[in-house]
Amino acid sequence: MNAARIEVLAPGAYASVQDRGRRGFRRIGVPWAGVLDPRLMRIANALVGNPETHAVIECFDGGLVLLAHGGPIRVAVAGDAVVELEVAGERRPLPPWRSTMLADGDQLRIRKLLAGGRIAVVAIEGLALPETLGSVSTYARAVLGGVDGRALAAGMQLPVVSHGEGVDRVLRHVPLTDPSPIRVVLGPQADHFSAAALHTLISADYRISTEADRMGIRLEGPALEHAGTREIVSDATVPGSIQVPGNGQPIVLLADAQTAGGYPKIATVISADLPRLAACRPGQILRFARVAAFEAEESARRAEAETRALIDAIRPLLPDGIDLDTLYSVNLVGGVVHALSPEHRPQWWPVD
Amino acid sequence: MATETFPAYRVLDAGDAALTIEFGNAIDPALLARVDALDRAIQALSVAGALPGLIETMPTFRSLTVFFDPLVTGRQALLSVLRPVLAASAEPAPDIQQRCWRLPVCYEGDAGPDLAETAAAIGVSEDEVVALHSGAEYCVYMMGFLPGFPFMGDLPDLLRLPRRAQPRVRVPAGSVAIATGLTAIYPWESPGGWHLLGRCPVSLFDVRRRAPALLAAGDRVCFEPVSISEYLRLDAACAAGDIDPAQWLIRVAEDGQ
Repeated sequence: MNAARIEVLAPGAYASVQDRGRRGFRRIGVPWAGVLDPRLMRIANALVGNPETHAVIECFDGGLVLLAHGGPIRVAVAGDAVVELEVAGERRPLPPWRSTMLADGDQLRIRKLLAGGRIAVVAIEGLALPETLGSVSTYARAVLGGVDGRALAAGMQLPVVSHGEGVDRVLRHVPLTDPSPIRVVLGPQADHFSAAALHTLISADYRISTEADRMGIRLEGPALEHAGTREIVSDATVPGSIQVPGNGQPIVLLADAQTAGGYPKIATVISADLPRLAACRPGQILRFARVAAFEAEESARRAEAETRALIDAIRPLLPDGIDLDTLYSVNLVGGVVHALSPEHRPQWWPVD
Repeated sequence: MATETFPAYRVLDAGDAALTIEFGNAIDPALLARVDALDRAIQALSVAGALPGLIETMPTFRSLTVFFDPLVTGRQALLSVLRPVLAASAEPAPDIQQRCWRLPVCYEGDAGPDLAETAAAIGVSEDEVVALHSGAEYCVYMMGFLPGFPFMGDLPDLLRLPRRAQPRVRVPAGSVAIATGLTAIYPWESPGGWHLLGRCPVSLFDVRRRAPALLAAGDRVCFEPVSISEYLRLDAACAAGDIDPAQWLIRVAEDGQ
């Protein structure tokens, strides 16, 4: 049997290998990189039995096609995705939010992403890529991480070890889409803007422009007026910094953004809401809401508790795809016959 | 001379997972010394276990940004540890001789696409721009923006220009650039708004090295003009890994690094 590996047949719009990112090197100009939505990474890894922060494939929109060599290899997709399996030339739909086995020659295809956002994560059991500066995350600008420091491209081979053991699992409660405004903490340079600009930021509609990638998102909307100079002596940026260049149109910095910048930063998107913003599509309209720093810290703790609860509710599936937990907890009295009826088949929407 | 100063600082919010302690808003060695002192104090506290949840710090010209895990610590908890440090008069940095590099730069032809424009803007010849830029010793004030990118100063007064009105979408790797009184070398291809005077073949960032960034804050740097043919020779040798960049070190630090 060939060594187990996953071959990239097509990367789709953009796909890269990411983990939680590299820490400790901002002082020499190295951004964290890492997944834009850590919750998707953690869920997908839990579904295939990896450690929660194991490296995954993060993809934008549809088009990613993976081919298994030397399987079986367990994989799972987290995200609001339409997924398809191709087994012996036959295509069939696969729900996201659960793991499945790819046999030698099977293909996994992300057909498209739905209303939940343009980011999905594919976890591969035992994906084995080397770390650079403590992380597998791809940062293509400096050729770090991933496969040879590059975003995924057709023909790339992803080595897999210790695969095919354990059981398939299903996420019982899918994260809900949250339409509420994106919360920000004002600062660090809010005092470089007029009072009118601060009011505009938290009351006006902003549109996601087509310039939106892993570095950042340019927004389009009413210009934010600087109160003084339009440039500052460069200081540190953070993921979520909203910097405002001379034209007054805000730019939200993401995982791959530069570590320092000379534009004033009017506010910072809170960590609980940054993944939701990163998953917005060009053309989408959003609003910002202001919170205090201590409220943002509380939101981070709440978001973590929600993620923990989602992951703790992950349940094994029987080999033929039955949710064991549903079998035992819901239908003990009715017995196996009822458990096999369609309403107890695993579902990718909340099952209770 | 010991001076009893308790200088002002500001704590700026940078979301729920970082805060910035700002000492001023200028490029000034005195501010840099305070940033450095606080940075060293935080490293010591962290090593002593007094700052759980600290992820990393980012020193800049005039401020220190502290990154933390809001699930482990928070703004108030961190500041309760840092305020006494900030209130104490900064311990002066050890006054030691810093490393000094002499890096080759080709200022000719395509290597310096903004040389003519820069010369015209300040009313001197291109040769004089090269003489001015390569005639000074610079201090690496901070690292950042891109991996291995050094912000260096100060430029001779005559070379102080604002950024380009129209930033370039693509600045080639190795470009030696000036803007706002500073000079820098782009280690990677990137968008950029600085004026490009030349090209340096030395690799400024390489993860195979023990310290991936060649330069460090506090280093001194000067430039040696080289011809295009010499630039091409050095560029090929650097790319092949045939040159130890230590050959451009003309003075080692007193602490032996």
